Amino acid sequence: MNSGFDFLASLPAIAPEVGLTILAIVILFLDLRLQESQRRNLAIVTGVGMFGIAILYLLLWFPVPLSTAPADAIIGVTAPQSLGAFEGLYWGGMIRHDSLAQIFKVMILCGGALTALMAADTKTLGRKGEFYLIVIVSSLGGCLIAGATDLIMVFLGLETMTIPLYVLAAFNRNDKRSPESGMKYFLFGSFASAILLYGLSLLYGFAGTTSLPGIASYLNSEAFGAHPFAVLVSLTLIIVGFGFKISAAPFHFWTPDVYEGAPTPVTAFLSVSSKAASFALLLRFLLAVFPAGLVIGGITIPDFWAQLVTALAVISMLLGNIVALAQRNIKRMLAYSSIAQAGYTLIGIAALQGAPETSVAAISFYMFMYTFTNILAFAVVVIFSEATGSEEIKDLAGLSRRSPWLALTMTIGLLSLAGVPPAAGFFGKFFLFQAAVEAGLVWIAILGVLMSIVALYYYLTVVKVMYVDHGVDEDKPIPVSSTVGWVLGLSSLAVVLLGTFAVTPVFDWALRGFPSLFGS
Amino acid sequence: MVPLWMYLLVAAALFAIGTYGVLSRRNAVAILMSVELMLSAVNINLVAFWRYQSPLEMSGQAFAAFVFVVAAAEAAVGLAIIIAVYRSRRSVIVEDVNLLQG
Repeated sequence: MNSGFDFLASLPAIAPEVGLTILAIVILFLDLRLQESQRRNLAIVTGVGMFGIAILYLLLWFPVPLSTAPADAIIGVTAPQSLGAFEGLYWGGMIRHDSLAQIFKVMILCGGALTALMAADTKTLGRKGEFYLIVIVSSLGGCLIAGATDLIMVFLGLETMTIPLYVLAAFNRNDKRSPESGMKYFLFGSFASAILLYGLSLLYGFAGTTSLPGIASYLNSEAFGAHPFAVLVSLTLIIVGFGFKISAAPFHFWTPDVYEGAPTPVTAFLSVSSKAASFALLLRFLLAVFPAGLVIGGITIPDFWAQLVTALAVISMLLGNIVALAQRNIKRMLAYSSIAQAGYTLIGIAALQGAPETSVAAISFYMFMYTFTNILAFAVVVIFSEATGSEEIKDLAGLSRRSPWLALTMTIGLLSLAGVPPAAGFFGKFFLFQAAVEAGLVWIAILGVLMSIVALYYYLTVVKVMYVDHGVDEDKPIPVSSTVGWVLGLSSLAVVLLGTFAVTPVFDWALRGFPSLFGS
Repeated sequence: MVPLWMYLLVAAALFAIGTYGVLSRRNAVAILMSVELMLSAVNINLVAFWRYQSPLEMSGQAFAAFVFVVAAAEAAVGLAIIIAVYRSRRSVIVEDVNLLQG
């Protein structure tokens, strides 16, 4: 890297964050200016703005490895900004700009944009400017931790993402369930943050530096004198903290209550964005600080975290899928299903040591398709409960005759969650299990497949209720506004494309994640 | 000079007390206070490590300052949510707040 500080060269690393900050200010002003009746347009401004940021970020600043850059650009004479930006550490080593950060930032931006559009016509959120503002700020935190390479940045990004989520969960004060879910989320979330932070403070203490590459090189060096037990304690605390954030069992207590009580667009948002960002951070953290082959005092540290994560994955898959079978509320069912999905994704983390390249790509791809899939399923729940006031699975009866398109999109979403071929979920699971097999964890891949079959039962039950059962209101179609129609259309298109034509390009993009993780 | 491990011991004790408080208290405000205890433990750790390990780099102190700021923000949001719950339910005892179960 150049010794001098070059603002333009450093900008790409935080381009989405800068864009989101500007968007947040714009929303704040528009919220003041617009009449109550026009505030619905804020949703469109937020949605289009966030999509715009994602597209610009993709087009302008594709990360280029330093090694393939033209020679004069490395010296720093003329950096061709429009053609791409160089991978590496920026902003005093706080942020890394690389493919892994980019793919996760793009999915967080898409998740936020679709959430804003989805909420446009809801009675409780649609005309509240502050709702859009908080969604933007939370996405900003998510973008920050997708590239964070410093303990301070990790902590700040996590809190910037989570504290707005507490507010969002408690947003609807007229519904008694919403503040309750906010309170539960807050109590568990702040407890988890404190545990994670204690682990981070120990890690800082061992190495005497807050930068992740610095900690890694110190842990690897001869100078490191601390007892391995202390490192294991810190690692355990950190993984427990992350376990709460990604709602992995046995740290999942808050998930069903928060998912059920929070306003549905908020549930959709926190089930995709915060999860994706936390997985990005967990990946980077484990690979950068405790890389494969790190031995301290005779204990192979990566084996320890791999075993811990494997245990979390197995418990999450078993508990999530089996408890989901008994749910009657659709949001609760999706909550347990999201615990199970966290379990599948953790398989990828467990395989990080044996097959790092494939599993990084598999996790990125899984989270990418999961963003659209979950948004799709929750968008249908938003429309349905807005029209009927019900969130019970049995009330979906006859939806295929009542609103055939709505039933079809819900089916696409559920099939993708279940992992049935035409939809994206199939390839998502396929890549994860492939990574596990490559890493020699065949038994966990088999368990994953078995649990997917269990999951198929409860997803298909909903499809059966919609298509076979007869309901009372079958002659009353459910109104779908054009804004939410766009959400449904875009996400179903994304889900179907990610399961068919777009698999190879997106997976190739995701494959660039691991090689870009290290260096300068 | 007081050795480093004494500071770490105090921090670990505070952390343990905080954890015990979170797990055993029934009042939401008391749980929030216990979380603040845990964050204080983190701060003691950070500042002690900074002083003994790398006093020339400012990162440890900066980290501690950020923990203060974020803890204040978290407490502000948390207390607001707890007040919202109290207004709708007339109670902040965690067991009484039980509409969501399954």
